Order: sequence, then structure tokens, then C-alpha cells
Amino acid sequence: MSIIEFDKVNKWFGQQHVLRDIDLQVEAGEQVVICGPSGSGKSTLIRLVNRLEAHEEGRLVVDGITIDDNAKSIEAVRRKVGMVFQQFNLFPHLSVLENLTLAPVWVNGTAQKDAEAQAMQQLERVHIAEQAHKYPLQLSGGQQQRVAIARALCLSPRIMLFDEPTSALDPEMIKEVLDVMAELATQGITMLCVTHEMGFARSVANRVIFMDDGQIIEEAPPTDFFDNPQSARLQEFLSRIL
Amino acid sequence: MSDSIVFSPVTARPAPHRTQGISAWARTNLFSDWPNSIATVLLLMIFAWYLPQLIDWAVLKAVVRPDVDACQAAAHAGACWGVVSEKYRTILFGRYPYAEQWRPLAAVLLMLSLVGVSAVPRMWRWYLLPLWLAGMVLFVALMGGSVAGLTPVQTNLWGGLPLTVLLSLGGMTMAFPLAILLAMGRRSTLPVLRTLSSLYVELIRGVPLISVLFMASFMLPLFLPQGVKLDVLIRVLVGIGLFSAAYMAEIVRGGLQAVPQAQTEAAQSLGLGYWKTHGLVLLPQALQAVLPSLVNSFIGNFKDCSLVTIVSLYELTGALSLALGGDVVWRPFFLEGYLFVALIYWSFCFGMSRYSMRLERRLSRSQART
Repeated sequence: MSIIEFDKVNKWFGQQHVLRDIDLQVEAGEQVVICGPSGSGKSTLIRLVNRLEAHEEGRLVVDGITIDDNAKSIEAVRRKVGMVFQQFNLFPHLSVLENLTLAPVWVNGTAQKDAEAQAMQQLERVHIAEQAHKYPLQLSGGQQQRVAIARALCLSPRIMLFDEPTSALDPEMIKEVLDVMAELATQGITMLCVTHEMGFARSVANRVIFMDDGQIIEEAPPTDFFDNPQSARLQEFLSRIL
Repeated sequence: MSDSIVFSPVTARPAPHRTQGISAWARTNLFSDWPNSIATVLLLMIFAWYLPQLIDWAVLKAVVRPDVDACQAAAHAGACWGVVSEKYRTILFGRYPYAEQWRPLAAVLLMLSLVGVSAVPRMWRWYLLPLWLAGMVLFVALMGGSVAGLTPVQTNLWGGLPLTVLLSLGGMTMAFPLAILLAMGRRSTLPVLRTLSSLYVELIRGVPLISVLFMASFMLPLFLPQGVKLDVLIRVLVGIGLFSAAYMAEIVRGGLQAVPQAQTEAAQSLGLGYWKTHGLVLLPQALQAVLPSLVNSFIGNFKDCSLVTIVSLYELTGALSLALGGDVVWRPFFLEGYLFVALIYWSFCFGMSRYSMRLERRLSRSQART
């Protein structure tokens, strides 16, 4: 069974039909990149997975849990799914280390000391352990985003969602974040990643998905996706961004 | 075409010295332009004219001894601080039995030291709560007596500073948590909760404190079941708490509004539920943002407590009128008495203000980009 299963999922914002009959299976350990023009529903799609948005029709199952209004199952899913945002969204009133230990201590009930040890491990994983006692606003954008990745990893999620993780970064910082994400990919964590970094998609993803107008237009392994696009819309999209 | 520009390095050099020193300070702050200079000179002239008179009245010609004849001889040309020396016990402790007044003094000192201890960030631990509960119990025991061999003193005899401290501290302790809940209620997605919270805030904000106090002291007993009697002090305390909660709720809501929605999403994505998201992520940021307004509201409440005089509770200002109102001999010197009370109020409020500034600096450490 797939770790994420969308079955005829639909979503509206008011009268606007933003996701239309989405069918998508993601296997455990797969790295999937989602791309498409802005307003195509990419972010909404991955925000359904941890219920930051609620779908209105269809069935969505994440790691065996059917996503619905049930607060218990939402809580359970969020413990299995980590998320990284475009604007980092670190907690500015807490130090880097406190940002990382917050959820393990208060959600999983981990002892403070163990949580800190684990947090330091994750910080090393994203190469930023020396900044543990600084506050988020004292770090550069790239550093903040790596801390955000480490924070999401602290709950040992099975799935990581990335919502345009490099779009708010200066060019020279994009690489340090993409490198960390590529390292994660080699460690076998399931990744669902909305990004415009086509180089990353080509080298890291198992599968690339193209969305437009709330629909999945095309999905293929990166070589086919980039070198042999089938639909006219994808061809046009690629010609504009590459 | 012009030649290409050749790079020549510029070494850093110190700023011109004109920006430092007293004369430079005076030039930028006191005499920067014509209107500024005129204002400075005018103010200096007013000070020069008025300050000697003030010193003359308050110090040089003042009567400090509790001596009515000397005060009357001074005929208001000099301050009669004697009224304070004579009446300070009544002003500070109201109608509390004279021989037992060490008890309210001890009670006030107890509360102030508790406040002092709680003001130190290093002491912000779980044991502050039991400490405060114990302090409150001890306060009531000291004031009320009938334990440990202390003679009982009815609450209607409590007065002066201890009453002001009790009403403002008690009122704030009640109002603050309620205000947070109301603010959260007004932002709730549940329509019933939202409507009820809004209704409460709009209703309570729409009436003056005096009418709330009247209700608490005269009307509430009529609605209580037969045989149930609530002390007037408790009713008034609850009234003050409920009243200031409505104001504070709006301040807290403003703070919550200022925290970006993305913070909520980040907390949710980490699996934090509604209460933990608020307690660990949103409220710490919100309260920090509105700290100046909160302190403003605390200071306002502290002084609003003087309104309880109208329901026959004699806190600081009430006790002053009590001390002078019935005394034909000392009554002419009420101004000095009021100045004394004002000084007490001012030192409390100034203390709160300074403390909040220190707290702000401490809390803003995380905002510094160094």
C-alpha cells in the first residue's frame, strides 16, 4: 500500500475549484517534486496531507490514517508528517534549540534532556549545530530554513512536505538548503516537494508532477519529464522556465 | 567615452567630534532653531520664577511637627506636613483597630515582597503559584485574624494601603487569565463562543466601573440564594476583576492579531493542539507585543480602585477623607494629605512602569539581529 493515497480529492476556496479529482499515490521512500505555474494548486495539495487545509470531497489516506475532521487522527498524522514552509516560520521568541525541542517535549512527552540531545543531532545533520543557542532572527535565511528542516525532523517523521523551501532565499543561500534536502533524499525519507528548482527535481526526484488549474496534468520520472514532455501545457511551461 | 574609474581604497576614519559634549547636546536639543530656543528660554524663566516659591512652601516654611497651632500660624504660606505626621496611621490603615495596625503593615510588606520575588525572571518557576496561594492565605489571616490568637477584624474595617494592594493585585490576578480566555474566545471558530465573548466585552466596556461596583455591592446580594452571604469585599473584588478583564481582553486580542497566521500553521504542523499552540507559541509573542498596553491597564486599574469608596470601602484615598473629613482642626490641610497619598500612588505606578521597561528590554533579546 502507498504511504500517501489521494482518491478523487476535490477542494474549493469559496466558489473557486482549486483541486479537481486529484488521484495520486506516493510510495514510501519516494521523492516527488510538484511543479506548475502559481495558482495551480500545488501548495494546497501538499497542505491537505497534514490537514492545514481540509478537502471537501474524495478520500485521502496518509500512512494508513484516513484524513477527516477527527481531531485524534489529525494529531496522529501531524506527528508522522514534517513540514517546511517558504517563510521558514520559526518561532522567533525561542532559541534555535528551543524551537527544536518544543514538539518532542510537549507533543511526544520526551524528557527535556533527551529532546536536547536529539535536537543537537538533527542540527548536525543540517550542519548548523554551532548556532543552537542563537535566536532565529539572528540567522541568515538559509540558516533559518535549515533549522526549520531540523525542527521538522525532530519528530522522526515518515513523510516530509516542502512548500517552496527556497523561494524566499537569496540566490547564494539556495544551494545550502537544496544540499541538505538532497542528503535527506538519500536517507530514504518520503518527500513531497513543491519547488521551482528544476535542477533539484532532475537530480533528486524519483518522480515529477506537473499541475495546472487544480489538476495533475502529467507525472513522469525526471528524465522523461524534462526531455520528453507529452502535454502541450507542460512543454510550454518548461520552455518558459528552462 | 570616459576613462574607466580606477579603484582607490578609503580607510575608515572617526566621526567628526561635533556630535559629542554638553555644548553639542545643548545645541541639538535646546537651541536647534528659533522656536526651540524661545521655548527653552521661556521654560527656564518659568522654572526660575516658580522653583524658589515651591521650595519655600514645601521645605523652608513647612511645618513638619504634628502641631496644629504652628500649622495655623504658617497660614498656608508653608506646607503643613504635620497633618501627615499626625494622621499617617489612619491614612495608611483606615479604620483598622489602632493597636492592631502592625498586622496590615506586615500584610502589605508580605505582598510587596511577593511581588518583588515574582519580578525576578530567575524565579519564574512552578513554585511561584503555591507561594502566591500561601501568601494570599497569610494575608487574609493577618488582616482578618481569629487564627493563632489574633483578634478578629471584620472586613468592613479593612482600609488604606492594604485594601488598595489587595484590590488591585487580586483584581489583576483574576482579570488576566479571564482576559486571555476572552481574547481567545473572540477569535474562536465556534460561533457561540465568539458571540458570547464579544457580548461580554461590549457589555462590560459599555458601563462605568462605578455602576459595576454598585451592582456588586448592592444588587448582587438580592440575586444570591437565601442564606448565602458573600462578603462585600469579595463581591467588589470580583466586580473589579470582571471589569478590567473586558479591557485587558481587547489588549490581548490585539496582540494575538499581530502574530502571523503562519506561526499557527507551523505549530499545527508540529502536532501542537489548540491550547499548546496558544500557550507555547502565540501568547508568548502576543503578550510581549502588548506589554506596554498591559502595564498601562495595570496602572489604570491600580488607581481605579479608589472608586470603591462609594461602596463604603476606605482604601488609600477613602482613608484620607476619613482621616480629615471628621476632624475640623486638621481639615484645612487636606492638600498636604492629598500630596502624601499622591506620592504613594506615584511611587507604585513609577515602579510598575520602570519594571515593564526592564522586562521589555529583556524580552526583546530574541528580536536583536546581532
